[in-house]
This record gives sequence, C-alpha cells and structure tokens, in this order.
Amino acid sequence: MIRFENVGKAYEDGTLAVDDLSLEAPSGQITVFVGPSGCGKTTSLRMINRMIDPTHGRIWLDDRDTASINPSQLRRGIGYVIQHAGLFPHRTVLDNVATVPMLLGTDRRTARANALELLERVGLPATFAKRYPAQLSGGQQQRVGVARALAADPPVMLMDEPFSAVDPVVREQLQNEFLRLQSELGKTIAFVTHDIDEAIKLGDKVAVMRVGGKLAQFAAPAELLSRPADAFVAGFVGRDRGYRALGFAAAGSLPLSDEAAVTLGQTLRAARDVAQDGWALVVDADAKPQGWLALGGLADSALEGTVTPDLLNLGGTLATEAGTLREALDAALSSPSGRGVVVRDDGRFAGTITAAQVLGRIESRAADIRADTVQAANLGGQA
Amino acid sequence: MGGFWHYLFNHPGEEVWSWTKTTLWLGALPVVIGLLIALPIGWLAHRYRWTYPPIVSVAGIIYTIPSLVLFLVLPGILGTGILDPVNVAVALTIYTVALLVRVVSDGLSAVSPETMAAATAMGFSGWQRLVKVQLPLAVPVIGAGLRVAAVSNVSLISVASVVGVTQLGQLFKDSLLQVTLARQVDPAVLGILLFFVIAFAFDLVILLAIRLLTPWQRAVRS
Repeated sequence: MIRFENVGKAYEDGTLAVDDLSLEAPSGQITVFVGPSGCGKTTSLRMINRMIDPTHGRIWLDDRDTASINPSQLRRGIGYVIQHAGLFPHRTVLDNVATVPMLLGTDRRTARANALELLERVGLPATFAKRYPAQLSGGQQQRVGVARALAADPPVMLMDEPFSAVDPVVREQLQNEFLRLQSELGKTIAFVTHDIDEAIKLGDKVAVMRVGGKLAQFAAPAELLSRPADAFVAGFVGRDRGYRALGFAAAGSLPLSDEAAVTLGQTLRAARDVAQDGWALVVDADAKPQGWLALGGLADSALEGTVTPDLLNLGGTLATEAGTLREALDAALSSPSGRGVVVRDDGRFAGTITAAQVLGRIESRAADIRADTVQAANLGGQA
Repeated sequence: MGGFWHYLFNHPGEEVWSWTKTTLWLGALPVVIGLLIALPIGWLAHRYRWTYPPIVSVAGIIYTIPSLVLFLVLPGILGTGILDPVNVAVALTIYTVALLVRVVSDGLSAVSPETMAAATAMGFSGWQRLVKVQLPLAVPVIGAGLRVAAVSNVSLISVASVVGVTQLGQLFKDSLLQVTLARQVDPAVLGILLFFVIAFAFDLVILLAIRLLTPWQRAVRS
C-alpha cells in the first residue's frame, strides 16, 4: 500500500507541482495517475521513491514513512520503469537486468542467472542477453526495462509512461502482457500516463489530476466513466464514455439463440440448408467460428462446391460468454448477418445474439442501477 | 643517406636511445597526471554549473601561454634547475589539464538525463552513479580529448631543446647547426621520424584503451 497524506510539492518560485494530494494506492493493484502535462503526475510518482522530496505531507509505504528511509535503500526496494526504458547503454541486456540485485550484494553469477529467467518472463529470447540496448527495438528495450524493474522482486513498482514511446500495435501488446504479468505477480503498482484509454484499460484505480497538481477524482475506471466528478473529468475522460463503460459491465447469462453451423469442407448445399436470412455461420472441425458465408445470389449449379476459407466474410468480432456487454454489443453490431457470435472460454461456438437483445440487457441493467441510485439518494436524504 | 649514418656514427645509438626514453616519459607522464587532475575539476564544473564558465575560461587562458614562456618561468616557481626535465613535465601537465577540464565536464554532461534518472531510481548512490554509469559513458568524449592532448604534448616536447632539456628535439638543433655548416639535414629527418612514431604510438595506445572500455559503442543493430 502506498499512502499519500496531504502531500505537496512547492518550488522556490512558489508554483505548486502537487497540491495537497491524499490517496491510498491499494496493495497488489495498479493505481494509474493520469492527467494533462503539467498536472504533477510524474512529480507525484517520483516523490514515492524520493527522487523528488515533497515539501508538505508524508508518503507511507505500508507502515513506513518514506522520509525516514535512506533514499538509495528505499529505491533499491522499489522497481522503476521509465519512459524510453532508460537502459544503461554501456551494459549488456543481461547486466542491465541484474543491476539492482548486484547493488543489493547478490553475486554476479546468481544475479545473471536470475536475469536470464526474467528475460524469458518478459518475452525476450535468451540470445538477447549479450546484446547492448542500442541493438534492440523500442518495444524490446521497454521489455528489458520491465525485467530490470522486476529483478529484485520488489513489492512496489513505479512506472512512468512506460509504453508511450512505442507504436500503437506494440503498445497494446505490451499492455496485455503487462496485465498478464501483473495477474501472476500481484505487485503494488503506481503507473503514470497521459493517455486516458491506457489508464482505463490498466488501472484498478485511476487518479485523474488537473493542472496545478490537484486530484480531480480518484475512482475505479467504471465509476470514472459513469460518474465523472466534475466537468474537467468528464471532458478528460472524453466521448463515448457511455459505450466504453459497457466494457466494465459483465454480460452475465445472455439469451443466446441456437444456430446450426456448417463446417469447413462441407458442400455449399449443406450451408444453404442451414442458412438464415441468406447467411450461414462456418466453424472448423473444433467448432470454433471461422466467419460468415453469404448464400444469397448463388445459382443451383454452384452449390456442389465446398465451403472454403476464401469465401468467408470475416467482419464480425467474437464475444465470450464470460465477457462484457461491450464485447457482446460489438459482436452483434459488427456481424454481417446481424447475429453476434458468442463463444465459450475455450473458443467453441456457444450461440448468437442480436443487438436488440444486448440492448434489452443494457436497458434492464441501467434501470436497476437507476433504482439503486434513487434509493441511495433517498436514504441519504433521511439521514 | 650518407650523412644520416655519419650522424648516427658520431652520436652513438645509446645517446639517441636515451633521448628517446626522455621523450617517451615526458610525453606519457603529463597525460596520465593531467587526466587525474582534470577529472575532479571537470566534475566540479559539471556538477556545479556556475563554476563552469570561470573554470573553462581560466583553462583556455592557460592553454594560450606559449610553452617557451612556461619552460622558463616554472623553474622560478618550482625552485628547480633551468635544465631540469621536471619543468617540461609540469608544463605539459598544465596544458593537459587545461585541455581536458572542459572535455571531462562536457563528457559527463552529455550522458542522457534519462539514463541518469534511471541510475538514481535503481538506487545507485551519487558516487556509484558517477563511477559506474556516468564515467564509463563519458569515455568516448574524454578519450578523444586525451588523444589530442597526447599528440600535442609530443610536439611541444621538442621546443624544450631550446631551453636545453635534452631529448629527441636535440636532433633538430643539431641539424640547424649542420644546415649552416655542412648542408646536411639528416638528423632532422631522424627526429621527425621518431617524433612521428612516438606520437602515433601514444595515439594508438589511447585508441586501444578506448576500444577496450567501450565495447557497447561498436554494437550495432543486427
């Protein structure tokens, strides 16, 4: 747990980088600091490991006041991932990763052996160990940066815009792997970004900050989307937040319709027999959906052919049974047949659902929430 | 070439060899000591930025003092004899420091702020950060300055012959005599050759040291 207690940072000319910040970043979770540039998010992060000392207030790591710990000792116990990775250009990838353990007195051989395991863990081949940072791409460097921060197995990690300097495809890949890694490791993470979408995707809790170093709202992502605290947060969170909020709403048990599917390699005639409204769903031998087949304009003579992958329309997205309402709605909206494909966790076809059915589910859910809110407001009024 | 051999015959090889040895240590020692002195001063100019302009200005002024003046003034300050080679060594050390102070400071400042921030965040102490991160990364810049200092020192050594410190520069003095007396310039050719070899050897040694210290500089994306 990282606890900010009335923390402030004033510079000599009187400007406030951070103004009376109080919040608690829970143990084992990702807390994201997000806001426009100049909002003090990086300053807040760097006050945790005392790269910047606060001028007011205290920061606690569990029950220890950080001001009472020697800065170098404190930092060796906190992983740090910096923008552009900040690797040491003169050290090999392996020695970069082994940096903190060696500072802590681990002998070189043990530190390097552990570093090699970590490289694998962040998805880099062992052949990279002897390379220098300049020989790696931006995304690869950032993976090394994450491995370096994890090397001493610190309970707390600070991440300063770690994924912002790589292209969007690599960024999404790194984000997903980061979430997978965190689900295994359960570190207490403070994460800084200027990208609200990244904040909402990665954060268990999100601290939205505004220029002047003030905390505008501290909440879970779903709450940020559904109940922005003020106009600034609403504006910062941006458009489509009603739709994006569905990404946090579990779909629950959707009223799936059964649909006869045709398997790759069967005849087009068999496909026409199961088609509804001119569209047949095609699955592979493992019952995993492959795409939709349009049978509208086919002459009888053409029906002797077989169903091959090149005939399929791949436009539809897949929703999972355990997924969110956003996934389910998107599957329905994107499906060429108008019937959204829902799969089980193992990827096998479960059934289809229409946009109208998903919207019905969204409506009833919203009605429940409204009723709860009214009730809570009434109770508040009575108190 | 007859004059060349005649010269070597009249000045036994031992004499030229002893001049060579003097030239070698007069070339090497000031560079090493100069670097050791320039490191802390350069660090000071880097660490406390307000000291940079005065330190670099003073170094620049010192570097413009003619070597002959320094060779003649130093005995008075050091209390050494006018013919003492120590004067030359001290003078060349001063030039080396003057040249390297700025180079050291700029080399330390050239390390990227991200790398420095990362080093701090990893928990390096100030001293560890300097020795294990900043200095190794400044080696290419400092090394380049060192090469200039070493070669320029070798060329300055010959001037010391004028004030009577015997080393290979003697060859040029002797040839000046011979130009007037016998129209033979061969000792000067030998001198130029030996100075060139010595300067080249120093440069090569420093270059090799830089390469050994910076394997990362040659690592390119494959």
